[in-house]
Amino acid sequence: MTTYADYTTGDPVADTKAPSGPVHERWDKRRFEAKLVNPANRRKHTVIVVGTGLAGGSAGATLAEQGYHVVQFCYQDSPRRAHSIAAQGGINAAKNYRNDGDSIHRLFYDTVKGGDFRARESNVHRLAQISVEIIDQCVAQGVPFAREYGGLLDTRSFGGVQVSRTFYARGQTGQQLLLGAYQALSRQIAAGNIEMHPRTEMLDLIVVDGRARGIVARDLITGKIDTYFADAVVLASGGYGNVFYLSTNAMNSNATAIWRAHRRGAYFANPCFTQIHPTCIPRTGDHQSKLTLMSESLRNDGRIWVPKAKGDTRPPHRIPEDERDYYLERIYPSFGNLVPRDIASRAAKNVCDEGRGVGPGGQGVYLDFADAIQRMGRKAVEARYGNLFDMYQRITDEDPYEVPMRIYPAVHYTMGGLWVDYDLQTTIPGLFAVGEANFSDHGANRLGASALMQGLADGYFVLPATINDYLARHPHQGEVTGDHPVVQEVLAETEDRINLLLSVDGDRTPDSFHREVGELMWEFCGMARSDVGLRKALERIPQIREEFWRRIKVPGTGQEFNQSLEKANRVVDYLELAELMCLDALHRTESCGGHFREESQTPDGEAARKDEQFSYAAAWEFTGTGEAPVLHKEDLVFEYVHPTQRSYA
Amino acid sequence: MKLTLRVWRQKNADADGTMSTYEVDGISPDMSFLEMLDTLNEELILKGEDPVAFDHDCREGICGACSLVINGDAHGPERTTTCQLHMRSFRDGDTIDIEPWRAAAFPVIKDLVVDRSAFDRIIQAGGYITAPTGSAPEAHATPVPKPDADLAFEHAECIGCGACVAACPNGAAMLFTSAKVNHLNVLPQGAPERETRVLDMVAQMDEEGFGGCTLAGECATACPKGIPLMSITSMNKEWLRATRKVKR
Repeated sequence: MTTYADYTTGDPVADTKAPSGPVHERWDKRRFEAKLVNPANRRKHTVIVVGTGLAGGSAGATLAEQGYHVVQFCYQDSPRRAHSIAAQGGINAAKNYRNDGDSIHRLFYDTVKGGDFRARESNVHRLAQISVEIIDQCVAQGVPFAREYGGLLDTRSFGGVQVSRTFYARGQTGQQLLLGAYQALSRQIAAGNIEMHPRTEMLDLIVVDGRARGIVARDLITGKIDTYFADAVVLASGGYGNVFYLSTNAMNSNATAIWRAHRRGAYFANPCFTQIHPTCIPRTGDHQSKLTLMSESLRNDGRIWVPKAKGDTRPPHRIPEDERDYYLERIYPSFGNLVPRDIASRAAKNVCDEGRGVGPGGQGVYLDFADAIQRMGRKAVEARYGNLFDMYQRITDEDPYEVPMRIYPAVHYTMGGLWVDYDLQTTIPGLFAVGEANFSDHGANRLGASALMQGLADGYFVLPATINDYLARHPHQGEVTGDHPVVQEVLAETEDRINLLLSVDGDRTPDSFHREVGELMWEFCGMARSDVGLRKALERIPQIREEFWRRIKVPGTGQEFNQSLEKANRVVDYLELAELMCLDALHRTESCGGHFREESQTPDGEAARKDEQFSYAAAWEFTGTGEAPVLHKEDLVFEYVHPTQRSYA
Repeated sequence: MKLTLRVWRQKNADADGTMSTYEVDGISPDMSFLEMLDTLNEELILKGEDPVAFDHDCREGICGACSLVINGDAHGPERTTTCQLHMRSFRDGDTIDIEPWRAAAFPVIKDLVVDRSAFDRIIQAGGYITAPTGSAPEAHATPVPKPDADLAFEHAECIGCGACVAACPNGAAMLFTSAKVNHLNVLPQGAPERETRVLDMVAQMDEEGFGGCTLAGECATACPKGIPLMSITSMNKEWLRATRKVKR
């Protein structure tokens, strides 16, 4: 009998559609070669957009501005609440306003290097080019970025880079950028160009004759399951970090849209590339429902340390300077506290594993602002980080101006996602994925302040250009209606799944299963992964899945507002996605970026890549629940940034 | 901690609602208020009862989804969002009343969940700057004095939760509307639509059935983001200025 881990290798990904030629000319070339849709004909095309975060909001608004008929969905009660809103630190752009040696090429270089050489060069370069336009666009929309006294924009530096290129709006950059996109979206809704469906969740994808032609979605208020049709479908449904149960994602962020698309034929790339953010507030107990991130911009001025001695339980102010280990400054003298996220997270795990962690359970390290307060005064620290300090105090009941913060890594972002070509099209023609939902431009590790950049680049600029080409080449696709046999089948499958969830009437809650699989993933597919651990997880996941369908309890009916049902249905998909993440982690026997295999490290404990073997993106094809998937490799070619062992020492 | 909860239960928009009483035990002071409700809901599900429906998402005080009236106060006794309220603000043995936002313009959907789409329509009426993608000038073409940028930011912080409406004895949405009007109207980029913005947004606000403002000030006291009451005064000034300038 073959098991799930006995995956097979299929044909390599043949064409990424990335143009050839000098890297800085490729985007222009692609845009020129792309076909356009006559403005008068755009109204005839309907585009479905799922999600209203930075990527979905900006895509919906821009497509509607261009004249397309947009039908857009979000599970929240308002498009303004998508989880992009919680991004704190900032957005990168190669404006070089600081005259500190920044350039498009440097942002490109930093991103490829920061991603540990597992991203596609053409895409990353395009991202760096577009970054400049994003800032212009957002300022024009009224995004209140921080400014200098002369009225010009302020910037700050972020982990993994040595220039100051991060634009910010206090600690609420994501909120302000999202509101900008939401307002642009609102303008188009009012103009009748967007049909907006809030509190409506996508449950499946409709593929007719090999093309994405619509979705099945459930109205979360009435429970009605309906079908929606279009000429193209754009998924902007975010990442899948909630597989881990505890993460910094919103409670309802989920993987259903991308996982259902994967089941219908879209390849899923690099699922094991997850980002563990180093600066989160440690958990306080079993009741913990989510984790809260503290912007990594804090590492600009805060110093990270633990006691030199194991089991030192003295309060921080009683530990003298020479008995403290500022371990990041010690190990990485040139980047110090600003090393990339994966490195900072692993270093924190290491010192805690050594028994030098602080706080309850020893699962924390100090982030200390005493020096910063002394150097620039409390007022300046307050101006920069005031809201973050307030948030910390509210959650922990400790005053970070007086007592060093305690932080610990937490799941934050997923670099993996649906495989897309240069046009952001998945392997299903007519299905596009933007923002965190795609496998993105971040390789194996994302640099700080780059998620906002990518979401807006995809939504405002890339997708609106590339989707034209698809729609122009497939002009009149013939009407799909509700009585089409494929539609009937997808609808019936969805209804059956919902009815089954309601009918099991077992003795365990959806949350209890979510927690169980999440803890398993955190232990075996978290900050450090090993062959033994991953095999254990792969053995356990199908058992949890079997138990789920035997013991799940969902009260109420499907024809009403039913949050337990929503949750249970999302857990169904986590229980399958978790398996693919573990398999991907198992097959990639190298360490790279956020993926750290214990078997592949340098003598001093750093991640060791194996470029000859793994310089590819792993795109997985679904074959059936619990059945061995097929691996398709996209070979990565580095013409401009030559892979080196990352060094931040 | 052991607590008695009196929770508003209402099956759907058309049904009558009632306060139901529940006991919860083993509550840690470090729990957030919503984690306390999670605990209750886990117990209810296992008993085969309908869990209490409430809106929540980011649980870090920024998405604006959570919306509970706790012991008569929007978002409870502290100046924060419900999700950032912790059980250390209560005492063992307390009885806590939990209700939805109460306002004519926010009809109840189920239990503690209300429909706030009226806010979206106020924004759609003019809470934006018309700047289609690709048309923007270079970001530094128009410097914005730092005090103006800071003032815009202060108003832009609004999370659209609706606590201002829930706290207002008239059920008015003045603070929400004024926050957006001020955010955009103090910026040079917002100037071309300055008059139509305030007139259209205020008109939409009235149409949605929100009450009138009597400057009670409850809104600014309840606002988790500290949007100041002066925001309303500034909007009134903008509105008067616009009515003089624009003939309709």
